[in-house]
Amino acid sequence: MRIGTLHSSFGRLGLVIVACLFGLNARMASAQDNNSPATPNQKWNYDEISKAPEKSRVRQNPFESDPAAIAAGGKLFERNCAECHGKKAEGGKRAPSLLRDEVQRASPGTLFWVITNGVVWHGMPVWSKLPEPQRWQIVAFLKAFKSTATPAGGPR
Amino acid sequence: MAGHHPFPSGPSAPGGIAKLGVFSLVFALVRKNFEAGCTPHSLRIVFLVFLGFVSSSLFCPSSFAQESPYIVTYDHYLEEPGSLDVEYFSTFGTQRAGNDFHAFWVEFEYGVKAWWTTELYLDGQTTFGDSTLFTGARWENRFRLLKHEHVVNPVLYIEYERKNGADKILKEVEGVDVESDFADSNAALRQEHSNELEFKLLLSATYRGWNFALNPLAAKNLSNNPWEFGYAVGTSRPIALKASPNRCSFCPENFTAGVEMYGGLGDRYHLGLHNTSQYIAPVSAWNLPSGWTLRLSPGFGLNGNSHRFLLRWGVSHEFSGFSEVLGHFFGGRQ
Repeated sequence: MRIGTLHSSFGRLGLVIVACLFGLNARMASAQDNNSPATPNQKWNYDEISKAPEKSRVRQNPFESDPAAIAAGGKLFERNCAECHGKKAEGGKRAPSLLRDEVQRASPGTLFWVITNGVVWHGMPVWSKLPEPQRWQIVAFLKAFKSTATPAGGPR
Repeated sequence: MAGHHPFPSGPSAPGGIAKLGVFSLVFALVRKNFEAGCTPHSLRIVFLVFLGFVSSSLFCPSSFAQESPYIVTYDHYLEEPGSLDVEYFSTFGTQRAGNDFHAFWVEFEYGVKAWWTTELYLDGQTTFGDSTLFTGARWENRFRLLKHEHVVNPVLYIEYERKNGADKILKEVEGVDVESDFADSNAALRQEHSNELEFKLLLSATYRGWNFALNPLAAKNLSNNPWEFGYAVGTSRPIALKASPNRCSFCPENFTAGVEMYGGLGDRYHLGLHNTSQYIAPVSAWNLPSGWTLRLSPGFGLNGNSHRFLLRWGVSHEFSGFSEVLGHFFGGRQ
């Protein structure tokens, strides 16, 4: 075997992967700047809210209105949720806005249930890999949009 | 919220250190491969890893990855849809009646759907005092079976492997795999080739921050060998369950620790622990805000058929929105 045989199938596969990583990611920023609202086919995400069982719906957030928890929730949201829901929770191509009434009117327990279970068949993964306190911190952050009355920019 | 910006951004110093570490590692690997008299295959795999990490470092936006610390065991959490996780792992192993080895593999893990993750592995190894070679490729798929979270969550794992006898990554232990299988020279081991199908049922539960995972496995060499069986079991927990409000690399919630145990269970004709190898390994992971994850796991053989010591470590980086990038490139809908 000679070292110069990079034209093999293995070499080609490697070059395709590297090309994808190299040349294409420059376009990634524009894909992520999308501020478009949720599309009609993302309605299922809002429908899922109504499916939360009663015992989950009535659960109280142990961190409700806790400023430190809201700040921590913002950090967690940026790390785990903003990629699909947008940096300001305004929604994107892959996931709907979280600023809408359907979400803002939902109880903390309902939001916790949706985060925990995801909407797996429609693209949202389960987030139970985040420990329970962290999921409540995200809920506190989401509910703070409503209480601060700055829906476009989120809590500051 | 005064005083807190909910969306902090910017690179972190440990992220830069992680990248530097990866580059240093790959350069060291290239140099070692040249010294060891490498084959073209091994050179290509190192070349791929190097370019992959360079390109990700230069061009890709980072995405925080909440990765588990396990090396062998799987929990039920799949890759986020549209994200590509590139991972590099190393295993240093001691060998009685033979030379110690350093096996390595790279993984490209892609979230096709929230219920389906697919993964390509390329692996190789260096046996000290012998040679370095490419040892095989694997294509793995994991399918989530249930819509919602339950007490125990099942995921179906199906893998096709095409590898040679010199494969030493010990990504799973099955049947009567034992240490003495690795004692022959690479020249002899690479003459054996196998096509194998492997099935696992990944059972995983998370309770009060603790993850518990059990992975029974069944593997079939397609060249008329009997079914072989094995298992992996693990538990892990983040150091802190509550997140701190500050963006930080060293926050306790970024660290996860646990332990895993794995080994063979014999084959269809000799089911049980007799003549199998068994391992126990503490595991740890550090999830950096910059999107990098570092893992470290020293492993210990539990019987005379096992390698006495395995040191495993890995580094991974997640590219977010990879599917959209591909869509743009191939002229998909805007």
